[in-house]
Amino acid sequence: MSPETLELVTDSLWPIVRGAVTGTIPLALVSFALGLVIALVVALMRLSKRRWLSAPARAYISVVRGTPLLVQLFVIFYGLPSIGLVIDPWPSAVVAFSVNVGGYAAEVIRAAILSVPKGQWEAAHMVGMPHAVALRRIILPQAARVSVPPLSNTFISLVKDTSLASLILVTELFREAQQIAAFSQEFMVLYLEAAAVYWVICLVLSAAQGRLEQRLDRYVAR
Amino acid sequence: MSPADHDVLEPPGGHGPPGGTGEPVLVVEGLGKSFGDHTVLRSVDLRVRRGQVLAIIGPSGSGKTTALRCLNGLERPDAGRVLVGSDVAVDFSRGASRTQLAALRDSSAMVFQHYNLFPHKTVLENVLEGPVVVQRRPREEVTAEALELLGRVGLAEKRDVYPFELSGGQQQRVGIVRALALRPTLLLFDEPTSALDPELVGDVLGLIKELADEGWTMVIVTHELQFAREVAHEVAFIDGGTVVERGHPDQVLRDPREERTRQFVQRLLHPF
Repeated sequence: MSPETLELVTDSLWPIVRGAVTGTIPLALVSFALGLVIALVVALMRLSKRRWLSAPARAYISVVRGTPLLVQLFVIFYGLPSIGLVIDPWPSAVVAFSVNVGGYAAEVIRAAILSVPKGQWEAAHMVGMPHAVALRRIILPQAARVSVPPLSNTFISLVKDTSLASLILVTELFREAQQIAAFSQEFMVLYLEAAAVYWVICLVLSAAQGRLEQRLDRYVAR
Repeated sequence: MSPADHDVLEPPGGHGPPGGTGEPVLVVEGLGKSFGDHTVLRSVDLRVRRGQVLAIIGPSGSGKTTALRCLNGLERPDAGRVLVGSDVAVDFSRGASRTQLAALRDSSAMVFQHYNLFPHKTVLENVLEGPVVVQRRPREEVTAEALELLGRVGLAEKRDVYPFELSGGQQQRVGIVRALALRPTLLLFDEPTSALDPELVGDVLGLIKELADEGWTMVIVTHELQFAREVAHEVAFIDGGTVVERGHPDQVLRDPREERTRQFVQRLLHPF
């Protein structure tokens, strides 16, 4: 590596990391948190015996999973203004990503709830718990354990997908790299550097997933 | 152990007279239940007096477990009436309200075949869940009571242990303590020893017998005929969704009137 390239790498590292800290990471965290709330509601609707609750949930999941995230992002940021609804880049990204996470995570949460043995519902009802209390105190804590690995997948995918937000002018990790690359014409170096930063973030997340799984596994025979 | 230690095991409403000659605590009339086209209960009638132990026996698929589950509202019967004590009366033929079902559920407590302890909660938390969270009784009071009950069944030192660290017999004893802590009018047992290793069955049956001797009113679905003879005041043989025969354990198990009962008892006593 030539001294000039090395200097470019070190000089560009700060703007890229700043993009990650002020753009990528908060965008992913906020979208994931909102997405989980949507997912829980949609999963419970989907599990309901009442068709007027389960049908909209099915439709939501189908649309979210059946259309590209980039298209969803463009509809919200470039499409909605034509019907008079203008949303800033950051909120647009949050809406698109949380709606998207909501669709995928809903199926994860639904499967996790179904994986809890029926006897747990019965024992909860036996001690007198109404449905909602049984769900909150007995079923969801057990479902949480099962859903950590697949939800971690969803979260890691989301972190990388936030790079799409660069296309609706959100200043984040990849957009910083793009701008420096365009200026310096060193595309290979900058894009590899961006990739490396994403990778480091995801390594940290994987480690956190391992810790969380260990914690939630404390009441399970190994 | 002195009699004073038994205070927390006192059944609500006091001890029943020996042999269950008190007033009826559970009256079941014309209980019916179908799953789709499949009729599980045709018409089941049962009557249990305060302090009485009723053992329900019958072949698998006869509807005995379904009948028991109906008493706790885990299944919703299509027809029939269930009365518990003087306050709870549910007529399923007319459709039961949510409040009625809740009252029915509160009046009894069930011990499950597969224990169904909450795996993410410790032994003590399993026992406290109902009394503290649902019945909203003071935590300190219930904890003291729970620890005394756990001591009774020899599990006081396991209070902070998770269920997976316990043997089947220990888990089932926690299941029984969890049921007792709810202070039910009626204790329901669904084949409480069927999932246990043979050498662990004795402990659990011994505990159930102690509770019977203390005057708890109980309904026990079981395959242990010897146990039923020793503990129960009455045995009901259910087959094909109805009570085929009921009476004193010695009569039903030794000298059944009905041919179907005779065949069933013979098959259990002489499996091959």
